[in-house]
Amino acid sequence: MKFVDEFRNHDVALALARRIAREAAGRQWKIMEVCGGHTHAIYKYGIEDLLPPNVELVHGPGCPVCVIPMGRVDDGIAVARTPGVIFTCFGDMMRVPGSSGSLLDAKARGADVRMVYSPLDALKMAREHPDREVVFYAIGFETTAPSTALTLLRAAAEDVQNFSVFCNHVMIIPPIKAILDSPDLRLDGFLGPGHVSTVIGTRPYEFVARRYGKPVVVSGFEPLDILQSVHMLVRQVLEGRCEVENQYTRIVRTEGNPSALEAIRKVFKLRPHFEWRGLGFISLSALAIREEYARFDAELRFEVPGVRVADPKACQCGEVLKGVLKPWECKVFGTACTPETPIGTCMVSSEGACAAYYNFGRFSRAATRLQVLQ
Amino acid sequence: MPGSESSRIGKWSEQEVLERIEAIRRRAPRLRDEAITTSHGAGGRATHTLIEALFRPAFGNPGGDAALAALDGRTLAVTTDSYVVSPLFFPGGDIGELAVNGTVNDLAVAGARPLYVTAGFILEEGLPVETLRRVVESMARAANRAEVQLVAGDTKVVPRGKADQLFVNTTGVGLVTDPGRLGASRVRPGDAVLVSGTVGDHGTAIMIARGDLELETDLVSDTAPLSELCAALLEAGEVHLMRDATRGGVATVLNELAVEAQVAVAIREESIPVRDEVRGAAEILGIDPMYMANEGKLVAVVAAADAGAALEAMRSHPLGREAAIIGEVRAEPPGMVFIHTAFGGSRVVDMLIGDPLPRIC
Repeated sequence: MKFVDEFRNHDVALALARRIAREAAGRQWKIMEVCGGHTHAIYKYGIEDLLPPNVELVHGPGCPVCVIPMGRVDDGIAVARTPGVIFTCFGDMMRVPGSSGSLLDAKARGADVRMVYSPLDALKMAREHPDREVVFYAIGFETTAPSTALTLLRAAAEDVQNFSVFCNHVMIIPPIKAILDSPDLRLDGFLGPGHVSTVIGTRPYEFVARRYGKPVVVSGFEPLDILQSVHMLVRQVLEGRCEVENQYTRIVRTEGNPSALEAIRKVFKLRPHFEWRGLGFISLSALAIREEYARFDAELRFEVPGVRVADPKACQCGEVLKGVLKPWECKVFGTACTPETPIGTCMVSSEGACAAYYNFGRFSRAATRLQVLQ
Repeated sequence: MPGSESSRIGKWSEQEVLERIEAIRRRAPRLRDEAITTSHGAGGRATHTLIEALFRPAFGNPGGDAALAALDGRTLAVTTDSYVVSPLFFPGGDIGELAVNGTVNDLAVAGARPLYVTAGFILEEGLPVETLRRVVESMARAANRAEVQLVAGDTKVVPRGKADQLFVNTTGVGLVTDPGRLGASRVRPGDAVLVSGTVGDHGTAIMIARGDLELETDLVSDTAPLSELCAALLEAGEVHLMRDATRGGVATVLNELAVEAQVAVAIREESIPVRDEVRGAAEILGIDPMYMANEGKLVAVVAAADAGAALEAMRSHPLGREAAIIGEVRAEPPGMVFIHTAFGGSRVVDMLIGDPLPRIC
């Protein structure tokens, strides 16, 4: 397991942690990690234990499951309950509550809902069950959109008749912009999402540094990647620089992945607006399937309610997604809303800030951190 | 949450919120679900809720892997388990072997010498007799190896589509020589926590055998009878508790123990034995091997003074060669399991939520 162990080395981590503590001393720092993958890693490896108390990581909106609004879950359930349908989605998605239960509940009541690891698995299922309608419930940012696009291109090439996609793909830049425009939060900079950046590259973040004066470091997902990115961000500020830096150079190219971007462009078009859980409607923030591939669009192929459903009153996922509230500051955190009986999406996905904090971080860190840094 | 220890939301501080959550978690669980989902069979929190909120109040029985019954001065251990694993045959074993070993192990970790196992079959119409023959012969071999007798049995056939090929239920009976010796109430702060070998082998082997991942490895299920290993361990010193870490994995067993004994358990990540194949698959899927099922591994809580001897006893047995001391029992905070990550941080290890992989055993 050499390929991961070298990015989790304790001695290197400790040396980096000491440098951060020394250089960041004397002021408060608020750094947002945009991506849910980072949030998960931060809690899983206990990275906060290695950061000094004056460096605070704020969790951002980049969790694919978390941003799905209730109305879209209800639409998915309506499709899943259509006779003859095999409904496929990623595992986390099955537990997201709609207005009357989750896909898992729909499954228990007889809907044929199956977990897949990739949209290609769903297409394979369609070929194996020509008498059934196979629907893939697509979620995710630019990271997963190319694989959905390639699956649709393949379905078209093979002229598969019984396959369609319910598209919920969203883009990462619009919510970052929404957060920058929000008056609620004062941030010192961003850890940019590593996986999204493999596709879109680092250029789309330039406006964050230029127009908003906030530095960005695109970061990998191993714990040392994250510590190093925090250090790079601190250095930028201390040296008076404000730019987009790439820590994840072993994967991310400045121009991204042109063929993945081309696949996205071929298959998808921009939606005029799309509802984000807790953040409301954001214009030009999501993808829909182009007319040329309309026969694979589950939204056109099936009857769905297609109505906006308001989040439960008590749910403060929006504030958590924007980084305004910490998970434990939500009114229902850990009491009415737990990973077992989630009210909001942030408590469902393993990349959600609430689930990560509840599952991994539910204890006082003060003592542990002192122990590590001494 | 750096910098936030002193911050407050309304009248609550973070510390108060955490304490409130722990108080809620200590309450008896309530069953709110309207229908049974696969989570209820995953061995994690939902299963726990089903048992505590439905079965136990109705039946009024105590917990544990096996029930102990005193009869004429001797103590019997009784346990039952149903097997629905898919596929029926997998690398390293099959449903028949699993059905015998699983029940033998529930008896063994309760401190019993397993003696008799019954077998009940639910067969789907159309099942090839050859398939049933292979399963039955495998059960006979497993019983022979574990030195138990297969006694009473039952067969039911349901119409095609009403079951998936073949399900087996086994009930086991064993004899306990020292009934007061093991139990959550015997666990003390300072005790050492041991695991008898690599974790997550069975769950990962089943997942790979299903072919969903298109991974190829030489990994096999660890299904094995643990009765000899348990006996050797009990000889070695002051053992306070043994559990076999099946569904929900080592993490769930440790959580049950922390709750039942009202202690904390602290684990060192780098001392948990995990095969590279299992780590690799877990890494790809984002699953923690600590939650993956085992069918031939036990977790033992041993008095600190005897930890070395217990480790030695396990390592001298072929099924415990890779045994390790993975952590210790602490007094505070009760009911919680912590892990110190190899990276240098720490986090909570909770019970399994949801069901990563239905029909694992």
